Amino acid sequence: MKRSIKSATLIISIAAMSLGAAACGGPPDKDSDSTSKAASATSAKDVGGMDALVKAAQKEGQLNVIALPPTWANYGKIIDAFESKYDIKINSAQPDAASQDEINAANTLKGTKRAPDVFDLGQSVALANTAMFAPYKVATFDSIPEDFKDPDGTWVNDYGGFMSIGFDTDKVPEVTSLDDLLGAKYKGKVALNGDPTQAGAAFSGVVMAAVANGGSADDVAPGVDFFEKLKKAGNFLPVDPTPATIESGQTPVVIDWDYTNAAETAKLPSWKVVVPEGAAVGGYYYQAINKDAPHPAAARLWQEFLYSDEGQNLYLGGGARPVRADAMKADGTLDEALYDKLPAVQGDPVLPTEEQTKTAAAYLSKNWSKVAG
Amino acid sequence: MSRRVRRLVPLLGLVPFFGYLTIFLLIPTVAVVVGAFVENDRASLSNIKALGDDVVLRTLWHSVVLSAESAVIGAVLGALLAYAVVTGNPDGLLRRSVTSACGVLAQFGGVTLAFAFIATLGFSGVVTEAGRDLFGIDLFGSGWLFGLKGLTLVYTYFQIPLMVIVFLPSLDGMRVQWREAAESLGASTWQFWRYIAGPLLLPAFLGSMLLLFANAFAAYATAAALVSQGSPILPLLIRNALTSEIVLGQSHLAFALALDMIVVVVIVMTLYALLLRRTSRWLT
Repeated sequence: MKRSIKSATLIISIAAMSLGAAACGGPPDKDSDSTSKAASATSAKDVGGMDALVKAAQKEGQLNVIALPPTWANYGKIIDAFESKYDIKINSAQPDAASQDEINAANTLKGTKRAPDVFDLGQSVALANTAMFAPYKVATFDSIPEDFKDPDGTWVNDYGGFMSIGFDTDKVPEVTSLDDLLGAKYKGKVALNGDPTQAGAAFSGVVMAAVANGGSADDVAPGVDFFEKLKKAGNFLPVDPTPATIESGQTPVVIDWDYTNAAETAKLPSWKVVVPEGAAVGGYYYQAINKDAPHPAAARLWQEFLYSDEGQNLYLGGGARPVRADAMKADGTLDEALYDKLPAVQGDPVLPTEEQTKTAAAYLSKNWSKVAG
Repeated sequence: MSRRVRRLVPLLGLVPFFGYLTIFLLIPTVAVVVGAFVENDRASLSNIKALGDDVVLRTLWHSVVLSAESAVIGAVLGALLAYAVVTGNPDGLLRRSVTSACGVLAQFGGVTLAFAFIATLGFSGVVTEAGRDLFGIDLFGSGWLFGLKGLTLVYTYFQIPLMVIVFLPSLDGMRVQWREAAESLGASTWQFWRYIAGPLLLPAFLGSMLLLFANAFAAYATAAALVSQGSPILPLLIRNALTSEIVLGQSHLAFALALDMIVVVVIVMTLYALLLRRTSRWLT
């Protein structure tokens, strides 16, 4: 008896030791003076002006971003532009991760050099985690519309778009409305970008279907019914569309944000994007700085860059609607040629509130399995 | 050295193994069990209650059906293949090539396996395209490959070779003398299988089938790579609970779902151990 107890204690203590060793890791580097100043800065002024911020960021030399796909809202080019402009290396982790993964990564990597410095989040995840964000006001803060920012700059909308239908004119007839998709010509061809109980884009796709079928942001049941009909008709394709599936013709019709769909037109000339009439459902992403950012100055410089005219026009280059579009149009700094290329939006756009999103999410998690289960 | 200490020495060699078990099996299991009974940092039964939810029950049912179907198909076809191998020359080319192929294929899963099936039977897969061009039939349909039916087919792909590996030793354990004895007493082939080989092999067969069931029940990577719409099986529902950006704060539900899976696997593995004990009485 005693012997078994002894060996058990031995095993446990060894396991505990190895666990302890694994958990420790290296101690974080000593903060340099400028870095500690940047960590609490709520504007470039607090660091000593824009030039000082640039210097502090360059001293850090790196920036960790997460969940920024290169083909999403032009992030590939934005990252390149930032790297070459400031000579700061960007470590882009898990480009295809979801918003919640960003928060999970920040929590698990907290205190290490690999934790994400900045977030680009969907609405629900952003608003549920504001305690993890560092408030910061970029130089252009005042030209961002009131509804699209936290008054302290804890989060700021960066870019947005409308739900759209992208389709390959070589493979399917012209799409003008959602109801068209129920026709026999679209059998096994209509894909939704993700599972609406998981991904923001797919969720907005269901809201769009609801609005188009007599529902609203408050009542998404008609949207689920629509996809149920689509499934019954055999038209619903249960594949996650990616640039690869679109270009290889595996997903001839894709319901997704207009900017992701628009990004495909450059590579696939027969690809067209339409925002269905009377069912314009919009959504904006949320930009924020990680309170525990390992590179606080670079994180703040990244925000300054994203909200500068240059950064905002880069979003536009990816077909996304930059949050400062109206102010930039008035100033004449908006790239009008790019702006005119955005798909036309008719009717009053619907922008679901946090409350509406929550109600709809609860309905979906109970009822979506009727469609995909 | 005292006698007691000397008896401990051989155990030292096992320390790394036990350490490994503690870190990667014991601690996570305890974390799952504890986590399942916590909500908002307090003890709570809400997540356990949520296991009775329609969606969770339906998903559990799907998981069980998928695992059972792929286990039965895998066990029957695998056993036939194993029998074909065993009747051949024990050192022959057939046996060597089949067993080594099975060793590889039983471990062929995850993204690579999913991709192999998409490239074969997906929308523009090789076989799908050939079916369209040569026979004018649409094998792809509405994307059955990406649902439960597809998962059953894909899982069967690694279940059959696994069955061959786990069932072959039992077939090898059958003695030629038993058959000779039966024949010399005038038994027909049918009688030999019905009264001797059948009852002897049945526990091993059922045990292997249970192992296949557990193997399919816990498989995640293949399904995750294949299924992007909905969460038809429990491992995918756990992923959904952990990463959803629409329904937040479900991480403890994920623990409860994992607990659900542990319970099922423990039941299956207990049955397996019981059957194994029965088999080993004869086939050693």
